[in-house]
Amino acid sequence: MSDVKKLSLIAFSGDFDKAIAAFTMATGAAAVNYEVNIFFTFWGLNILKKKLRRGTQGKGALSKAFNYLSGGLENLPMTRLNLLGAAPGLMTGLTRKRNVATLKELFEATKALGVNLYACEMSMNILGLELNDFIPEVKEVIGVPKFLDISSGGETLFI
Amino acid sequence: MSEKYLDITTDSCPMTFVKAKLELEKLNIGESLEILLKGSEPLENVPRSAVESGYDVKSIVDNNNGTHTMVIGR
Repeated sequence: MSDVKKLSLIAFSGDFDKAIAAFTMATGAAAVNYEVNIFFTFWGLNILKKKLRRGTQGKGALSKAFNYLSGGLENLPMTRLNLLGAAPGLMTGLTRKRNVATLKELFEATKALGVNLYACEMSMNILGLELNDFIPEVKEVIGVPKFLDISSGGETLFI
Repeated sequence: MSEKYLDITTDSCPMTFVKAKLELEKLNIGESLEILLKGSEPLENVPRSAVESGYDVKSIVDNNNGTHTMVIGR
């Protein structure tokens, strides 16, 4: 275990419940003074899109189709029991009822706490996405070597 | 005397100490924040995080009803 207070997350999944897990870890760590980095790759990039729901994004017909079908933050599916897309809304209602932070609240807190958000260059190329497609809080578009430099000396989790 | 007040008794991890940290960051020098909290997790993490960030934990009072009142100054 490293002495450096640093947590780096690889957000691969664009799933609703895994995004909650990622942002719970990120906010919890940042609030107790960890440096927190999140590297969004592949489906995880959906979380960062400016367009919160389905829209045409990406270069080329196939990229546009993938981006349309996967949507943004408000379209993330549950890993299990998605109930044809109804489950995230039901789960959000349940978390509110139990006084637990919703995905949106956790994401807002992540940004407010200054967590470093990075987008994966390779995945952006595959999906035909550009930095301009993402929210302005995305710090930088990076590749694997830069992520390894950034995460060096801390704990790294793949979600 | 505390200028600002935060009730996190209805929140749960991680929003208890997330809200506390975000409110503490709004304090000007000389100001303090009174926090009402419930349970052992924020009781442990809020002051620890605050001290690490250079704030001054002025008092922690057990309200004898499962809650504590904490005053943290900048």
